[in-house]
Amino acid sequence: MVEKRKPMTRGRIWFEAIAGKQAKLVPTVPSVLVADALLQNERTRILSIVPDPDNPFPCARQGQVGLREAWNLARQVRDVIEADEDREKRAIISIVDVPGQAYGRREELLGIFLAAAAATDAYVSARLAGHPVVSLLAGHAISGGFLTHGAQANRLLAFKDAGVMIHAMAKNAAALVTRRAVEELDLLAQKVVPMSYKIEDYAKLGTLYKLIEGVNVDSPEPKHIEQVRTDLLAAVADARSGPRDLSNRLQSESARKYRSATLEVRRRLAEQWHG
Amino acid sequence: MNRATLLDPGRFLARKSFIELNARERSQSLLDDGTYRELLGPFDRLESPWLPMQGVVPQADDGLIVALGKIGGKDSVILAVEGQFQGGSAGEVSGAKMTAALDLAHEDARNGRPIQVVLLLETGGVRLQEANLGLEAIAEINSSLVTLRRHAAIVCVIAGMVGCFGGMSITASLCSYLIMTREARLGLNGPEVIEEMSGIDEFDAGDRQLIWSVTGGEQRHATGFADYLVEDDVEAIKQCIIEAFHRGVPSRNRSEQVEGYLRDLAAIDVSHQLESSEVRKLWSKRENR
Amino acid sequence: MEKFTLEYPASKAVRQRAHVGVVGSGDLEVLIEPSLDHKAHVTVMTSVDGFGKTWQLVLDRFFSRYHAAAAIEIHDFGATPGTVTLRLEQAAERSLS
Repeated sequence: MVEKRKPMTRGRIWFEAIAGKQAKLVPTVPSVLVADALLQNERTRILSIVPDPDNPFPCARQGQVGLREAWNLARQVRDVIEADEDREKRAIISIVDVPGQAYGRREELLGIFLAAAAATDAYVSARLAGHPVVSLLAGHAISGGFLTHGAQANRLLAFKDAGVMIHAMAKNAAALVTRRAVEELDLLAQKVVPMSYKIEDYAKLGTLYKLIEGVNVDSPEPKHIEQVRTDLLAAVADARSGPRDLSNRLQSESARKYRSATLEVRRRLAEQWHG
Repeated sequence: MNRATLLDPGRFLARKSFIELNARERSQSLLDDGTYRELLGPFDRLESPWLPMQGVVPQADDGLIVALGKIGGKDSVILAVEGQFQGGSAGEVSGAKMTAALDLAHEDARNGRPIQVVLLLETGGVRLQEANLGLEAIAEINSSLVTLRRHAAIVCVIAGMVGCFGGMSITASLCSYLIMTREARLGLNGPEVIEEMSGIDEFDAGDRQLIWSVTGGEQRHATGFADYLVEDDVEAIKQCIIEAFHRGVPSRNRSEQVEGYLRDLAAIDVSHQLESSEVRKLWSKRENR
Repeated sequence: MEKFTLEYPASKAVRQRAHVGVVGSGDLEVLIEPSLDHKAHVTVMTSVDGFGKTWQLVLDRFFSRYHAAAAIEIHDFGATPGTVTLRLEQAAERSLS
């Protein structure tokens, strides 16, 4: 019997690449890939979202983060927190390739916003418990999908590649909502850095720990996979050495330039709060 | 489950609409008389650095009010989104104000200065003119909220008419208690976006009754997503907030009830389109606490 | 979007700063602060282009009655002259009380 071919998305490619052949797969639902793997000497749990063409939810069949995906992410991350309660906190690695959240009536009726909150809660709780949480942005990281899976990491890594796109809304939808042509949005993005769809511009905002260059993201060579594993481990070590919040995202020179308004707000509010 | 509502005839005549007030007026109406102190107000001129370069007129407080004061005699901070400014969308500055306030409240709570935190959310989510900084702002708000929530109860009010959508619907769901009016709506995706992404059969954005039957306060309360359904009345909302704070920090938040929701979702047949009445029947007896 | 400034002669400084309004569709916000040079300065940022003359008229009329030395900032999102006048008067009232 021929097994239905699973679509080889970046979410699957990089899940398999990082986890490696020795990883122990954790059974969950087909759209959520989970593996416990030893990266050098680091115990890790690796999570990724992939398309499930047979998803019972019709609006979540192309890799979107829907109800099943979000609640299962929450469970898989909480399992780690519980299992490691009295031992060393293993690293949690999120492979991010999500076109966005699932857009459907079932999703709204059954509370996809709460499911997304549950996954967010789990990731933040893991960080607060001392687990280094690291995200590898390998493909798309859009809107609610990214907020749910990936955005809460201690350290964010992304490939410098045209297929890596972080944004608040898919381009065609953004064009519709802002009543502008797609070409207009592109022009605007050249002037307004946070509106850009390019990863090089996203990197300017200062939230990334590392922008990884020189890797064929769709078809990586073994030596590059090994390099990415090393980068992830460096991120894990860096996370372990620092605070458990997201303050590191405001510390780079780039952040001081492109998020200067944020820094000023924080400084002045503290003054007035205690005044 | 508490259903704090209604209305005797005497009170009805004295009713004051909360929805008709702007964010600043809402904040003032909820704080005890004479205790209102606004931080980083319009005269501090912390405006959006990104809007003017696109030809969009900024608002001097960037659409987010931070107001310290007392509610029911207890130290409180209200973070109110101005829904009339750019649809209440989260930009770099408005988001930073919210995160910074949550972090300062956390510091206070941990240093023996308890504070009640109220979020008034009237928002469509990320401000598209600031896209990735709006997205980042919401991620940081959510992180600070989960961090604060262990030490201090956070009450969220969604009153309408903008409602609470996009990434901020995640924010609303992370709060300790959620209060909604009938006029309010809560959803991850707005009706137009669902229609655009999944087709008009999936969601007809022109059907107002459908919109409220799916995302409206009454439905959300009836299916266990909101803790309180309250009248559009300043006094009723204030009393509801006080009652919620009286319950203290929840031992278990809705966003932590993973096993329960996984089980309940698995029990539903989603092979056909769902109707709001069906979900009400299935989830009207959900045990939330 | 258009931005312009106007100046008017004034006598004594306004008593206290005041703020009214919201930058919503068809509305505007007005910020009034004391000015120290015996003049009133008005800065207008408006989302609607081409109405310079109308703004001039509305502001001329307002300053014929309001003589405080104030720095006034207006953020307008398409309000009618009537609404602009209303908000200016509300802000003025608060600044003089």
